[in-house]
Amino acid sequence: MSSTEVSRIEELANKEYKYGFVTDIETDTLPKGLNEDIIRQLSAKKNEPEFMLDWRLKAYRHWLTMKEPHWANVKYSPVNYQDLSYYSAPKKKPTLKSLDEVDPELLDVYKKLGISLDEQKRLTGVAVDAVFDSVSVATTFKDKLNELGIIFCSFSEAVKNHPELVKKYLGSVVPYTDNFYASLNSAVFSDGSFAYIPKGVRCPMELSTYFRINAANTGQFERTLIVAEEDSYVSYLEGCTAPIRDENQLHAAVVELIALDNAQIKYSTVQNWYPGDKEGKGGIYNFVTKRGICKGENSKISWTQVETGSAITWKYPSCILQGDNSVGEFYSVALTNNWQQADTGTKMIHLGKNTRSTIISKGISAGKSQNSYRGLVKIAKKAENARNFSQCDSLLLGDKCGAHTFPYLEINNSSAKMEHEATTSKIGEDQIFYLNQRGISTEDAIGLVVNGYCKEVFAELPMEFAVEAQKLLSVSLEGSVG
Amino acid sequence: MLEIKNLHAGIEGNEILKGINLKVNAGEMHAIMGPNGSGKSTLAQVLAGREEYEVISGEVIYNGRNLLELNTEDRAREGIFLAFQYPVEIPGVSNTNLLKTALNEIRKYRGEEELDTIDFLSLIKEKMKLVELDQKFLSRSVNEGFSGGEKKRNEIFQMAVMQPKLAILDETDSGLDIDALKIVANGVNKLRTKDNATILVTHYQRLLNYIVPDFVHVLYNGKIVKSGGKELALKLEEKGYDWVKNGKLEEVVNQ
Repeated sequence: MSSTEVSRIEELANKEYKYGFVTDIETDTLPKGLNEDIIRQLSAKKNEPEFMLDWRLKAYRHWLTMKEPHWANVKYSPVNYQDLSYYSAPKKKPTLKSLDEVDPELLDVYKKLGISLDEQKRLTGVAVDAVFDSVSVATTFKDKLNELGIIFCSFSEAVKNHPELVKKYLGSVVPYTDNFYASLNSAVFSDGSFAYIPKGVRCPMELSTYFRINAANTGQFERTLIVAEEDSYVSYLEGCTAPIRDENQLHAAVVELIALDNAQIKYSTVQNWYPGDKEGKGGIYNFVTKRGICKGENSKISWTQVETGSAITWKYPSCILQGDNSVGEFYSVALTNNWQQADTGTKMIHLGKNTRSTIISKGISAGKSQNSYRGLVKIAKKAENARNFSQCDSLLLGDKCGAHTFPYLEINNSSAKMEHEATTSKIGEDQIFYLNQRGISTEDAIGLVVNGYCKEVFAELPMEFAVEAQKLLSVSLEGSVG
Repeated sequence: MLEIKNLHAGIEGNEILKGINLKVNAGEMHAIMGPNGSGKSTLAQVLAGREEYEVISGEVIYNGRNLLELNTEDRAREGIFLAFQYPVEIPGVSNTNLLKTALNEIRKYRGEEELDTIDFLSLIKEKMKLVELDQKFLSRSVNEGFSGGEKKRNEIFQMAVMQPKLAILDETDSGLDIDALKIVANGVNKLRTKDNATILVTHYQRLLNYIVPDFVHVLYNGKIVKSGGKELALKLEEKGYDWVKNGKLEEVVNQ
């Protein structure tokens, strides 16, 4: 690249985070710090039954025995867990029948983000359980889902209204002892989403949640639990964006998916948390545990993620393929720019016979960022005829960023068939010149090349999400070739 | 339309073009011939605005404007089209997507409305016929897995869609068998109008059997050493470039 091109690129790269703003909504916040008393207060604020409090306390006590993990290929200053507030709820907590009852300021936030509930309700037919900070403030389309016996609500409501389901499945995929962040989440999670698809029901709409971190200094601990009974199907969309701020924000979510016989769960994420400014200041720490279990025969779980945000991402959506003939899929685009660091990938644990998994990972590194793929494929002794296909591609934009691949294989059954492909490429200046010569600006040319590179993953996203993801990628990449 | 005045240009400190003078008017077809390393492709790249090439001195006036001040994309939007010697592969981006993006960029630049999908598709279907490309080709990724002939036909197809004022064809004949060469030549001929101009850069005379130029220029060692009509190409073909290299050009030409 010539120097003029580089400076143009730098200029473009300096564009500010498009969704950066803080919303003033009164919040009801617990004092900073973490101890059993805080957890009791949190549980009391949420009017939780005894079993929940017990579970939280067990998780907390276990967490105290654990150490923050440092094996990921990311660097950051230590998190002071006593300096965070573990609960923040909008004070005006409405019970809503329609959007008219929603805090207008909140609606305005959604409008700024181009994700107005109103519009979504009308135009896309998506039921939205909007999580604003920690407490759900609006749930739509509930009636329609109710008719089919589908439960789609905030986690708190599920605890209140369906305690038997929560008790049965909570922690069944990600136990409270699982890892440091999952244990912390189990102790202090504030809210999240719950979906239950009864036997034989095909959920007629995409279930969707938009997450948003708002109050300063509030760790965000979401918990999502999705249960798909026999012969059911559900597609779930998760997307988020957060405002600019200086202090790092910790986000440690847990997502658990359970698919019974012949059930299928498709979980799609577009993640756009605040990545920090161009000096690497601020930004979200995103330490997430996402895991699904294909418990039943012929069940299927697909994770599709487009990760463009967060200062640090530590995330491995995984599948435990327990049922015979079950299928796990992982399609991922992870983009890092400026000083972002991502260590992301998947785990495919083959336990049942004839289980199949597919991993398509597309990493894009720009600026001074570091992007790692870390994936495990494990074939257990009894998993006869298991198959895996993995493809891990890395695309580098510029020469100050890094791409790393850490594939792990553990094969304990000789009938397994494994295929692994990996490529690393640089965006070619000949490609950019070619597109420039066709009248396309450098910025748009990069967008085209990168979106082309990610095509296989976008093809897995529901249509409206795919369009959003492409836009997001272009915004995140603004001026990042060098 | 285009006037090049005493153009000196090079790459990484090496001067390759050492004083090019050339005038191209609307409606004209110019062939630039020369041995390998004479600077033909450099001239094409400099005109298209590739930043790796540095213009040392001289002027290029295009439709009354200083061409060298424009960036690559604006030159394209002003109607300059380069058919690449080595068309670039862009995985995952369909031909349709590229063409639609490119065409609409140009239309926007000219203050025209973007074409809607129906108008766009009927336009490209019509233009595809020029180079005998199959419709399946539209959904394939740009140049990915194309044969040499398909890549070159694709360049001419893009040219047909973009309708440039000045087309520069860089070794468009290289790597083509005789059938493909005829198809490409036929496409180029059909796109000729009195309002546009073409510069053909070629090593061989062969292409000029199918695309008849108004002028032939011989480029050697960074300079145009001889200009003439179409018969100049035939003489070069007969005697070979060694004659040029040996400084016997005048002798060849005057025989």
